[in-house]
Amino acid sequence: MPKLTIDGIEIEVEPGTSILQACEQLGIEIPRFCYHERLSVPANCRMCLVEMERAPKPVASCAMPCGDGMVVRTNSETVLKARKGVMEFLLINHPLDCPICDQGGECDLQDQAMAYGFDRGRYGENKRAVEDKYMGPVIKTIMTRCIHCTRCIRFINEVAGVPDVGAVYRGEHMEITTFVEKAIGSELSGNLADVCPVGALTHKPYAFTARPWELRKTETVDVLDAVGSNIRVDARGPEVMRVLPRVNDDINEEWLSDKSRYSYDGLKRQRLDRPYIRQNGKLVPASWTEAFTAIAARLKGLSGNRIAAISGDLVDVEAQFALKELLSRLGSTSLDCRQDGARFDTSVRAGYLFNSGIAGIEKADVILLVGTNPRWEGTLVNARIRKRYLAGGVTIASIGEQRDLTYPYSVIGSGPETLQQLVDGSHAFSETLRAAKNPMVIVGMGAFQRPDGLAVQAAARLVGEVYGMFRDDWSGFNVLHTAAARVGGIEAGFVPGEGGRDIHGILDGASKGEIDFVYLLGADEIDTAKLGNAFVVYQGHHGDAGAHRADVILPGAAYTEKNAVYVNTEGRPQLARLAVFPPGEAREDWKIVRALSEVLGTTLPFDTHGQLRQRLMAANPIFGAVGEMTPASWAPFGAQGPMDTAPFVTPITNFYMTDPISRASVTMANCTEALVGPAQERTGTHG
Amino acid sequence: MLRDEDRIFTNLYGYQDFGLEGARKRGDWDNTASILANGREWIIEQVKESGLRGRGGAGFSTGMKWSFMPKNVTDKPVYLVINADEGEPGTCKDRDILRHDPHKLIEGCLIAGFAIGASACYIYIRGEFYNEGSNVQRAIDEAYAAGLIGKNACGTGYDYDVYIHRGAGAYICGEETALIESIEGKKGQPRNKPPFPAQAGLYSCPTTVNNVESIAVVPTILRRGASWFAGLGRPKNSGTKLFCISGHVNKPCNVEEEMGIPLKELIEKHAGGVRGGWDNLLGIIPGGSSVPVLPKSICDTVLMDFDSLREVQSGLGTAAVIVMDKSTDIVKAIARLSSFYAHESCGQCTPCREGTGWMSRVMQRMVTGNARMEEIDMLLQVTKQVEGHTICALGDAAAWPIQGLFRHFRPEVERRIQAYRNSAPLAAE
Repeated sequence: MPKLTIDGIEIEVEPGTSILQACEQLGIEIPRFCYHERLSVPANCRMCLVEMERAPKPVASCAMPCGDGMVVRTNSETVLKARKGVMEFLLINHPLDCPICDQGGECDLQDQAMAYGFDRGRYGENKRAVEDKYMGPVIKTIMTRCIHCTRCIRFINEVAGVPDVGAVYRGEHMEITTFVEKAIGSELSGNLADVCPVGALTHKPYAFTARPWELRKTETVDVLDAVGSNIRVDARGPEVMRVLPRVNDDINEEWLSDKSRYSYDGLKRQRLDRPYIRQNGKLVPASWTEAFTAIAARLKGLSGNRIAAISGDLVDVEAQFALKELLSRLGSTSLDCRQDGARFDTSVRAGYLFNSGIAGIEKADVILLVGTNPRWEGTLVNARIRKRYLAGGVTIASIGEQRDLTYPYSVIGSGPETLQQLVDGSHAFSETLRAAKNPMVIVGMGAFQRPDGLAVQAAARLVGEVYGMFRDDWSGFNVLHTAAARVGGIEAGFVPGEGGRDIHGILDGASKGEIDFVYLLGADEIDTAKLGNAFVVYQGHHGDAGAHRADVILPGAAYTEKNAVYVNTEGRPQLARLAVFPPGEAREDWKIVRALSEVLGTTLPFDTHGQLRQRLMAANPIFGAVGEMTPASWAPFGAQGPMDTAPFVTPITNFYMTDPISRASVTMANCTEALVGPAQERTGTHG
Repeated sequence: MLRDEDRIFTNLYGYQDFGLEGARKRGDWDNTASILANGREWIIEQVKESGLRGRGGAGFSTGMKWSFMPKNVTDKPVYLVINADEGEPGTCKDRDILRHDPHKLIEGCLIAGFAIGASACYIYIRGEFYNEGSNVQRAIDEAYAAGLIGKNACGTGYDYDVYIHRGAGAYICGEETALIESIEGKKGQPRNKPPFPAQAGLYSCPTTVNNVESIAVVPTILRRGASWFAGLGRPKNSGTKLFCISGHVNKPCNVEEEMGIPLKELIEKHAGGVRGGWDNLLGIIPGGSSVPVLPKSICDTVLMDFDSLREVQSGLGTAAVIVMDKSTDIVKAIARLSSFYAHESCGQCTPCREGTGWMSRVMQRMVTGNARMEEIDMLLQVTKQVEGHTICALGDAAAWPIQGLFRHFRPEVERRIQAYRNSAPLAAE
């Protein structure tokens, strides 16, 4: 433990702490541009210079490890002069276009120039101008503003693992570029604009739309994948202007995937803002009373076994819980939150959770991916695996398709028979797993979305049992979900009850005419053709597949428009908070269900959100521990049985469009065009 | 003056065969095994005692540098890297070693590598040195064939490989950590220190980077004894040194001389004197483009070694003596050096990237006098803002020539500015 003196204050720090970090511990501010705590340290901006006794020159505090007996000064004449000098150099070629710069108001250079810079310029020569670069549909570049801190290069190479950005030329002519004119092929590219300390890289969809001081900031969670990234929604008036990540070291660190970040324009398009009723084959606007009355009329006299409900990918826990209560009052147990058709055992929590936690990936030494493409199914889970890979000493293998996951791994099989071989110990990879201290398996929905899902789940469990993944000190069995609503739905009990049908049974029944009433709670990913002649109620926020088929549409609230609980793939309940109000006559989803119950004459026993949450906690105590992971106890799950030989296929074919919000987003459409699928030939009508 | 029998580089001018046979005649590879038999400690101790200071410019004790390497064998390999990226304007000493006496270098590589416990040596040769590199490669091939390096080098049981890596023409790759980056296949940009290469250098393994000349003199030092080498020159500035004399002299040349020889004697004896006589001298850059220029008054008496030149606020650098007579436009000369550094700055760290261009532009205007008087002090402040604030020494190297110019020739610049204002009063305001 080195002990040093900074500005006359003694401090003892962990070995390996840099002077800059030690200063932060003491609350001493050291200006910096290139230093970023989650990236490597190049010490190239020279803004953090401090004076150190016995050193002939000022030292870069970000890169200098603390040593015993060091005497450091951060506010001496030399240091202040060095900072002023560096600041002057940074500004001589930086355009003074703050008034038209999107970074204005939240710019490190602006802030630090105020604090450490000269009050006038002495540079009389011509300024440098740099041609802007194309970096894809989400990153806007104004490269003249670049101060060459290289954070973007380090982020894309280290965290994202897609070496698409680098520097060419040298000296004054150094330029940050994508080398060849192409979009950055990373799902994390939006973070480039976050790490950029100036306005060189900004968010293209946000360009010229708002100023940071106009925005109302709401801390909430993301729901466009099951990771549960912590986000901040910035809104102005009734409009979401942008989405930014929030630091949560257990989940997303401080990154955010492009889909979560840029889908927000989808919140303004295709919205359901009033109830509709289908009359003569056409949806016509209606009032809430009319809509409820129409539903009540259809439900009248219908026996419970002819009623079913399916919930979608973006639905909060409260709405699913309320609808489940309502259905049980109507006598139905046919309800399922697995609209994607996945078959897995929901009776044992350990069987469907990411038990190790996302941060637990960093403790694993062997990682086996089963039927999953984490880069698309959980981008930040994939970033965490890459982080683990960079730390060294990990073996990564996959059963499934060969994809570029941004780290090296071996494909050891394509389908369930490889799992079986691992259980038997007859596969070559068994040795690696046996030798591992903390082996981990990550099962994706590609392994469960098949008729033999339950057997695959059991086989995966056996792999876990054989190789010691269920220990008191280590749980290495992980399921990576793709939908934010899924785990919450299961925890709230939105699964088939006694004698109830699951998703396949419901769709089967509806097409055969055995089910007359289907309540779609934001469910859009089902094959609506299979709903047959059933009366369909669609409650949700977007006019997507479900609404097109609906007989009655009840407009609900999107995740930015309600206070609600979501449970991520780790089983961690988190609170989404209302940032803007739902549009038009749309309402928070649990309230709709509650209001409908009154019309149906089976009033649900809660009038406020608080009462609902109380009941929720009573039904399942995990909802009481918001932000915490409640460890799942271990019990056998799945159903051993014959498994198909068909290979595992990832369920996501287009990362950028997986749900009603991202499908309605123009930005996501641009991303799809630029980054997914075969390039389309440009025609005369392209811009 | 250095006696002929004390010369180390006996084939400096290439009059003899540079190959193994010729080298053996000159005493190279003479029972190298017995030198190695004395052990690592002994070699390092001898080199320390000889007072050999690095010949690449900084003048750090070579023996001391070697002693920083890890003493005990770890799981990481240890590397020796030879800096043959000689790019300092005015300097051409390593080039003659590479092409005319490569075996001295390779024998030195073996001994130095053995002393630091290296498993391999990389010689980073400037890309422009095509023929020089070819000669070194031939020498390496000969040494391998003769069993002098490679497996069981010189029959000592020590395995040692020597490789050549060619540069691609960047001045900055002569900086030791940029050179390491370049060998690793990356963009040549200096690394921040610490960690120093002795802790984490090439491929993050302990590495020593030495100049060609520093390594090439080692075998002779060990053969003739540390005291012989230490007895030449002045205390703390011992031994012989290759001087590269260029510019306005009658016979530009490379010459091996004793350290501490008076500058005037060096030029008069070996380079045939300044063009037009010593009194026609304007100034001399004594150690390659990066050290400050000296006016004639200092050149009259100054001695050519590290400490004497430091006392007059210049430096020995690579001992590339650039002589300028009174026909020289000294402002233009320094402005040219400024633009060289602006061109060669790697662009990584702020003061150098932005400062070299700024300094260069102002210098260009000073050549014609198109500047304001107060800009002289501003320019000097800018050089101070660059100096000592950068990752590597290129920032310092860009600042020093300008500081030297204004230290000794400020009136000349002021005269030009005044003249420009007089001739075009409107334009100047």
